[in-house]
Amino acid sequence: MSEVAVIDARRRWLALAPAYLVIGVFMVIPLMIMVAISFMEQNVYGGVFRVFSTDAYTQFLFQRDFDGNLVFNPAYLVILGRSVALAAAATAICVAVGFSVAWFIVRQPPRRRNLLVFLITIPFWTNLLVRAYAWVIILGRGGVIDSPFRALGLLGPDGTLGLLYTNTAILIGLTYTYLPLMVLPIYASLEKLDFRLVEAASDLYADKWWTMRQVVLPLAAPGVIAGAILVFVPALGDFISPNLLGGAKRLTLGSLVQFQFATARNWPFGAAVAVILLVFVMASLALYVRLTRKAGKAGQP
Amino acid sequence: MTVRILAAGAALAALAGAATAEELHIYNWTDYTAPELIEKFEAETGIDVIVDTYDTNETLLAKLKSGATGYDIVVPSQHFVKIMIQEGLLQKIDIKSMPNYANVDPRWKNPPWDPNQEYSVPWQWGSASFSYRADLYSGKGESLKEFFEPSEEVSGRLQVFASPDEVYNMANLYLGLPFCSEDPEDAKKVLALFQAQKPHVLTYSSEGMNDRLATGEVIMATHWNGYSLVGRREANPNIIYAYPKEGIVGWFDSLVVPVGASNVEAARKFMNFVMDPENIALQSNFAAYSNGIMGSEKYMDEALRTAPELNPPADVPVKFGEACSAEAQKLIERVWTQLLQ
Amino acid sequence: MSARTRRRAETQAETHSGAGRIAHFGWLGPLALAFYAFLYSPIVVLIAYSFNDSRFAMIWQGFSLKWYATVLENGDIQTAALNSLVVATAATAISVSIATVAALALARGGAFRGKTLSMGLIALPIVVPEIVTAVATLMFFSAIGLSLGLGNLIIAHTVFCIPFAFMPIRARLQGMDETLEQAAADLYASRWEAFRLVTLPLLAPGIFAGAVLAFVISLDDFIISLMISDAGTTTLPVYIFSMIRRGVTPEVNAVSTILFSVSLVLVSIYWLASRPKKDEA
Repeated sequence: MSEVAVIDARRRWLALAPAYLVIGVFMVIPLMIMVAISFMEQNVYGGVFRVFSTDAYTQFLFQRDFDGNLVFNPAYLVILGRSVALAAAATAICVAVGFSVAWFIVRQPPRRRNLLVFLITIPFWTNLLVRAYAWVIILGRGGVIDSPFRALGLLGPDGTLGLLYTNTAILIGLTYTYLPLMVLPIYASLEKLDFRLVEAASDLYADKWWTMRQVVLPLAAPGVIAGAILVFVPALGDFISPNLLGGAKRLTLGSLVQFQFATARNWPFGAAVAVILLVFVMASLALYVRLTRKAGKAGQP
Repeated sequence: MTVRILAAGAALAALAGAATAEELHIYNWTDYTAPELIEKFEAETGIDVIVDTYDTNETLLAKLKSGATGYDIVVPSQHFVKIMIQEGLLQKIDIKSMPNYANVDPRWKNPPWDPNQEYSVPWQWGSASFSYRADLYSGKGESLKEFFEPSEEVSGRLQVFASPDEVYNMANLYLGLPFCSEDPEDAKKVLALFQAQKPHVLTYSSEGMNDRLATGEVIMATHWNGYSLVGRREANPNIIYAYPKEGIVGWFDSLVVPVGASNVEAARKFMNFVMDPENIALQSNFAAYSNGIMGSEKYMDEALRTAPELNPPADVPVKFGEACSAEAQKLIERVWTQLLQ
Repeated sequence: MSARTRRRAETQAETHSGAGRIAHFGWLGPLALAFYAFLYSPIVVLIAYSFNDSRFAMIWQGFSLKWYATVLENGDIQTAALNSLVVATAATAISVSIATVAALALARGGAFRGKTLSMGLIALPIVVPEIVTAVATLMFFSAIGLSLGLGNLIIAHTVFCIPFAFMPIRARLQGMDETLEQAAADLYASRWEAFRLVTLPLLAPGIFAGAVLAFVISLDDFIISLMISDAGTTTLPVYIFSMIRRGVTPEVNAVSTILFSVSLVLVSIYWLASRPKKDEA
């Protein structure tokens, strides 16, 4: 390897130092406080008692019924499953749409590309809650989507397609919130594509699907994976979409943790759920690192 | 640990306070502090008022509990006043010696949550019940049965608060159970009631009641009296606040001074200031809620003075939420988590 | 329909490298159009409702400019919006700098022990649910007596912006052609010049994407800001979410519309300013 390609160890650690310092001090230490809290006893008036306890973790799988017996309780596993399913579905939609849009943008002249990228992010200057309310107006009874159906007589004057407060509405909300986090990384990795190469390739092999599979997709892979992380992980912890658009009728992991801290005042349990979520995601992330290693090797000529 | 954090915070806040000019930091809900009231106070005292905002009592408690400081006045509801006193988060303020204390309605003097009136000054009070669209609903809102066991008309068009705080007590009123019961059997009954109601619920949410009632998205919703009044006057005249015979759940927000406040003197001035009937009327006119100061009626808008939302009928009991014991609080949390799991 | 056809014709005319012909799918244009329509439909709705005469966010009662007047009079909401912009700008600048050098070190550092761990560490802030970070950070700040006003918010925002800035930059770096940089290193005497004149421009789209993401994420954050904020540092999202007691009013739509217009103006200026330079190149 040449001199530029590999930075020597001293410089490498110097370059990593700021990230380590900031995240180490202001993220890892608070996280350790949280792990400690997950092993303490709940103070129902907020906070914790400093007494060692594993109650919070027991509570995730078992529950004392109202008569005091310890029984297996799959409820929180169901919540975990529900959250993973919603986040995975949103990620899949984001990958499909995000990749297509990124490919569309990359094929534009450079100046228009920047404009199109900017245009993606501008809507997100407006507040999350306000945008969620706009979706409520669009999807709600007699809203923007219902109106044409009513006008055509396909729905009664008081009829509704009933889109709001369903899983569909949650998915729309999640997709809407996290799409830019998918498009931008894919765009960033596709943008370095050398079109002369692709042109040569497609002159040789006329099939455009072949070009996509052999040239474009490998190049986009790191972006897709980065985007998938940026979408999947926050979507897993999201509670705005489930609450405002889903009607808050069923808990997701995000709303469960939120509820434990903000309403139930059960900090240890909220912290324990967060720790479980953390372990789950970190395991997935380790998988990601292995995947990118493979993708990185495959992508090299 | 907490004590040390609070002490450190207090020392720091004292330093910060000494460095700046006369400022009063109020921590309250957004749009819940009348601008006219603040302007008048600033003009009279020369103190600069800065208002920060939070979303729930729980957030306020969590912040103070985690050691947040610098706020001179915060505005918790009655049961949170009691919890904060218990947890040592509030300062004793010599309220009874304030000149305007005489104006406080005897009904609200020495309230159960602050029996010697050492910490809290009345701000606004109101109630929680349910509201309905009189033109779309054939019932009269006479019983909590209409809310908990809704008819065909209401099914699928019902909104319930997102937090158990008031709704749980509404269930207690309907079932004739005591507030803050520690008996698991009572909790089971409440859970069964909630679970039977759930299929009829469109959304669990603590905001947007007037919006949804006015568009007809829901035709019945848990509601705050003053906010329902605003809805009736400005969104749709058919939004009616129900007074069910079983009773309504009262709430009472007070001004208190947290430990770690940087300008206690200014806080005292503000507390005395709002116990003046003319001043507090500015606040009531703005927020559309009642206050606890005698003589303020004559400064209040006619529409507010006579509004049915602010004047519960004599035969409907108003029962205030209490600070529950740890056992009772855990039961409430369990019921709500099971309902939504 | 005709507009779209015209646009495609333009696209093809402008594309000198022939990108328009390669792996071209007829449905891409319509899909992109639908995508932008999807992104902007709520914005159109919320702008329309900012001119609403009603005080309720969801009920249309006729045209009025009163909420704009309210925003202009309301010092609290202005301060909150300003706080949000200051925090987002500072957090973006700091987090993007940190993320860029970290991404370079990880991409160009070869294989070394602790690489996976470093990746995990940088991703940490997006993995932990916000409320947990919020409470824990507040406890930590109180414990060490950190009370810097907006500084507290900037620190907390920088932390969770780092992974959002890092990911696109790293994706950009992966498999990036290194021969150019090697050539540059031979040409220019100093590493710094090679970096500034070659690596940085190559990396620019990734940095740009990362900066935009970080800015947007910071601007939208509510839970962490709610918990961390000191007295006197309410941000716009905190202000909006705290309207619950008396209901969210179209004042929020009005302030959002103003922010939206400002960003639109900034983008237009950027686009116009970038015109001659790019055309030459």
